[in-house]
Amino acid sequence: MRVVFKTSYDSDIDLHEHGADRLRTALLLGLMAILPFLVGDYYLAEATNTLIWALAGMGLMIAVGHTGQVSLGHAAFLAIGAYTDAALMNAGLPFYLALPAAGLAAGLFGALIAIPAVRMSGIYLAIATLAVFVIVEELVIMLEPITGGVGGIMAPSITLFGVSFDRYAALTNFYWLVLGIVALVTWGYANLMRSPTGRSFLAVRDSEVSARALGINVTRTRALAFGLSSGVTGLAGALMGHFIGFFNYELFSVIISINLLLVVTIGGLGSIQGAFLGAILITGMPQLIAILRDGVNANFGIDLGGIPGLDTMVFSMILIGFIIFEPAGLYGRWRKIRVWLETFPLARRDMFRRHKTYLKTERMK
Amino acid sequence: MTELLQLVIGGLANGCIYGLVALGFVLIYKASEGVNFAQGDMMMLGAFIALGLGNSEQLGMPFAIAVPLAVVIMFGVGWGVERVIVRQLFGQPQFALVILTIALGFVFRFVAGSIWGYTPLVLETPFAGMNMRAGGIVISVADLIAIGVTLVLTVALWAFFAFTRIGLAAQAASQNQMAAYIVGVPVMRVNSLIWGLSGAVATVGGVLYATRGAIDPNIGLLGIKAFAAAVIGGLGSLPGALLGGLIIGIIEPVAGRYAPGEFAKMSPYIIMLLVLVTRPGGLFSQIQMKKV
Repeated sequence: MRVVFKTSYDSDIDLHEHGADRLRTALLLGLMAILPFLVGDYYLAEATNTLIWALAGMGLMIAVGHTGQVSLGHAAFLAIGAYTDAALMNAGLPFYLALPAAGLAAGLFGALIAIPAVRMSGIYLAIATLAVFVIVEELVIMLEPITGGVGGIMAPSITLFGVSFDRYAALTNFYWLVLGIVALVTWGYANLMRSPTGRSFLAVRDSEVSARALGINVTRTRALAFGLSSGVTGLAGALMGHFIGFFNYELFSVIISINLLLVVTIGGLGSIQGAFLGAILITGMPQLIAILRDGVNANFGIDLGGIPGLDTMVFSMILIGFIIFEPAGLYGRWRKIRVWLETFPLARRDMFRRHKTYLKTERMK
Repeated sequence: MTELLQLVIGGLANGCIYGLVALGFVLIYKASEGVNFAQGDMMMLGAFIALGLGNSEQLGMPFAIAVPLAVVIMFGVGWGVERVIVRQLFGQPQFALVILTIALGFVFRFVAGSIWGYTPLVLETPFAGMNMRAGGIVISVADLIAIGVTLVLTVALWAFFAFTRIGLAAQAASQNQMAAYIVGVPVMRVNSLIWGLSGAVATVGGVLYATRGAIDPNIGLLGIKAFAAAVIGGLGSLPGALLGGLIIGIIEPVAGRYAPGEFAKMSPYIIMLLVLVTRPGGLFSQIQMKKV
């Protein structure tokens, strides 16, 4: 077990606990940067998709994982980001202006909804976001001149300073662009979580009453968190639009909202790493299922491809399994394994015992 | 005027079905402060079980036996879901149940889809196609039955919570689990019972829905609308749920007739957001500000 010797109070909130930690992050980043030279185009596209999902997952993580606000409508913010970006670029704006504008639009819209919505307690917010999602979906169809309505809209290819970042013609460049954006957002997110603002998010999540007693403006904190969350999701939406190329409102279905929720829950609520682990799972799983299905078909002659909805079913079962057996998600499981390894043979079963809360209602009738 | 009346009556019957599904939400919310997002899918499953038992090309039981049997089966399903899955979440945060039930909804949809397929099916009823005329308005018997059954069920459930021991125990269990335990309420058993009840209510709603049109495994999405109804009424209030259902049921066809098409689809949610913003606890609010 490593003993970290701290020489200042400040080192308590260091981004990396110790040198080896920093080295690991650098190695990971380096590996991700040289990925285009290691794998083919197909897997590179998959990796890009995973990164975009991780970005969206980080967006939702701010709300669900770190502020305790469940949103069932985050696909709406993906849609707002994607449409804003595509519409602005079609109007002739360069990508480096359209992308921040997309994030800003989604963020402002999120904050706008959040201001009335955050006064509601947990479950009501979840419902309100679901309603907002349906309304945004219909609005997209109604605003045909901007969004292309049912027909859809084309996200133009990206050119920055004369270099092409087209998703098909220059996939490697596009990958690096996405990687850069994701890395920047991750860095910002990690720093946010050690700032007073980020700490107040956690305080609001863990106990609203105590947070208020400590002088935190709960409503403002929640609205800020929700705005940030939808802003980051909007960025992901813009990138997703470019990745897909041509899309209409069906790309952002309620299933996407649920999948996003899956990303953060299975990944591990309350950890940035969780968003990445969840994204890897959600983008990798359909491939894995396809491979397994072909294997079953080849070896046993059972054609599972004929059963519609099997993928969703498998996802649902995984989700149910995680909720019941490992609510802390993949990252939580990894932490337990790590502690077990580090303290071997001293680990004890009750080290991670879940603390139970008993329900009390605010209803008095 | 007759046109409007006709729309309102159709809307009332529709609203009753929304109300019934909303009642299921409210039941579970009242007893365990949890929200069952699979309620719409339970309704769908209930309707399909009734169809599977009753339709002549399936098991071919008489309607009067098939429906009660379906209600009993779904009571068992609701009970079983609580007993086997939901109980595992005891003591976890509220939203865990939200995610779990969303996943459960997908499982139900898959089960119904693999047994009965994804093409719409029609439930055979003794009163299919029967109509009554009053003035210039045509009222179908199915609509009248939907309205009648809903009223009876709402009153019965309200009486159950207000007067019976178990109903009171369920309310106690949700208001303060720990205290309810201490005074001897079997919190877990009460929860199972309530989940069973909500499965039964959902089946009634599903059968009524099926008497008025074809069903397929995706009708469970109606649950979202019913949810809006429950929220408009104030989650936790049985008459509120019915009222919310009726409001949505009536507004929808009227908005569809007099406003652009997309607006009709949005209308339930717009009303819900308006209610949430102006009266965060719903029309029959039961929430009081938390005091420290």
